[in-house]
Formats: sequence, C-alpha cells, structure tokens
Amino acid sequence: MSENEQPTCQTLLCLLSDYVDGELSEELCREIERHTAGCDNCRVVIDTLRKTISLYRASAAEPAEISTETRDHLFKTLNLEDYMQH
Amino acid sequence: MSDGQNDISIEALRSGDKHEFARMVDTYSGPLYRLALKMLGNEPDAQDVLQNTFLKAFQHIREFEGRSKLSTWLYRIASNEALMMVRKRRPETNFTDTVQEQDEDQILDPVQFTDWCCLPEEEFLTSESRAALDRAVQRLPETLRIVFILRDIEGLSIQETSQALNLSESAVKTRLLRARLRLREELSSYFGERLDHLKK
Repeated sequence: MSENEQPTCQTLLCLLSDYVDGELSEELCREIERHTAGCDNCRVVIDTLRKTISLYRASAAEPAEISTETRDHLFKTLNLEDYMQH
Repeated sequence: MSDGQNDISIEALRSGDKHEFARMVDTYSGPLYRLALKMLGNEPDAQDVLQNTFLKAFQHIREFEGRSKLSTWLYRIASNEALMMVRKRRPETNFTDTVQEQDEDQILDPVQFTDWCCLPEEEFLTSESRAALDRAVQRLPETLRIVFILRDIEGLSIQETSQALNLSESAVKTRLLRARLRLREELSSYFGERLDHLKK
C-alpha cells in the first residue's frame, strides 16, 4: 500500500488481527489510523474487537485449577496415587 | 533436556519415572482442563479429555522429540482429544450448528456497530456476562474455537498454536481472525442490549 493510498473497509478487515496484536508495520498502522479517523464503523469494530479479546484474556488470567475430586480421580486412573504431593 | 518453564525432566519422563509423571500431571492438568471445558462446555467430558490426554502422553512420551515445548505437545494431544469428542457428539448437534460449520471458511462482514466499550467495567464482571462470553465461544465452529482457545485464552503464540494443531501459521491467523470477528459480533449483540437497558 502506498503512502497516499487509504485502505478500504474490506482491506482493513483482513488486517485487523495483526493490527490489534501490534504486528503491522508503522506505515500500515498509520494508514489504518487515517482510515478510522474518517470511518466511524471501522473505529467501532477495532475498539470492540480489542475489548472482546481483552475480556477473554482477563477471564483466563485466573489460575486454572481442577477440583480436589477431579485430581484424586485423575491420579487414581493414571495409577499415580502413591506419587501425589499433598 | 528439561521442560524450560517448569523444569520437568524429559529424560525422567522417558525412563518411566512416575514421580516426574505426577509432577507433569499437577503442572499441566489445570490449563488442559480449562481448554477441554471451553471446547466441550461440560465437566464430565472435560474430565475424560484430561484423563485421555495424560494416558496418551504416558504411552507416547518416547516419541516426543523435544522440537516443541512439552506444554505445546500436551496441548496438541488435548486438542485432538477434545476435537474427537466434539465430533463424536455431532449427531446430537442442532441445525444451527450445522449451518455454522458450513460457513466457517467465510470472513463475516461486521454488522454490529454499537460501541459498547464505554459500559461500566463492573458490567463485564457479572456472572451473566461471563456466561455470555462462554456461550459465544461454544457457538464457534470447533475448528475456529480450538484456535481461539489456544491463542487468546491459553496464550500460546501463533507458532505454538500452529505446532499444537499441525496447521500452517497463516491458517492459524486466518482462523483466529474469523473466530475473533464472530465473537465480536456475538458480544456486540449482548453488550449492545445491556447498553440500551442502562440508557433507559
């Protein structure tokens, strides 16, 4: 994409994941920001996509644990009961 | 050779050291169970996937060559087990699911343009909102769901996700974009309604 060429909404859609993950070149980021300054729908899509990803990442930030019952059953099935750390 | 993050000895695992196996089970059962639960949506099936994952890991540990992290290898086994379980359950899935499977290759054009980011932060933390997040993931076709869970919930890199699923990195990126856009639509619909409700 040249310096003066603005991405279309469709082009932007294909670049969205890389954009929100910070994996695009500075030049492409500037093009996208120029586009979103004049396209409210694309701005909303980017903001809500970022929020969507952050909500799921936040939900995964809690430690992943299994219940004591599940752990006991798992160790028993795997024949590892004698090696359980309490 | 050791598992870099958690210092589990691969040599000890290969030689059948049960103490090391027990350490591996305790280290990885939480994340693997979460992956299975997000994929399957119910605890008994997730427990079966967890159990089968470790049984297969025990059987095949000698084939693990260490080209990926131990965690990625375990995610690979768990992903295969979870996908097999989803596919086994398919005859019970409804028509809507089938339609979604057929159109999983399409990038859906956005249709929801409500900006719900301005909702008060506590709105996102309610049990109802969390249930909406889980429902949205459950509605993704399984080939998109597994990519999204590995990358955006479990935090694997694109490269690790591609190793876990035996897909090219470009296929992972494409599926991830499709999954994220579908989830954004679902959440826009849910949180858009919450926004309307709060405005009244």
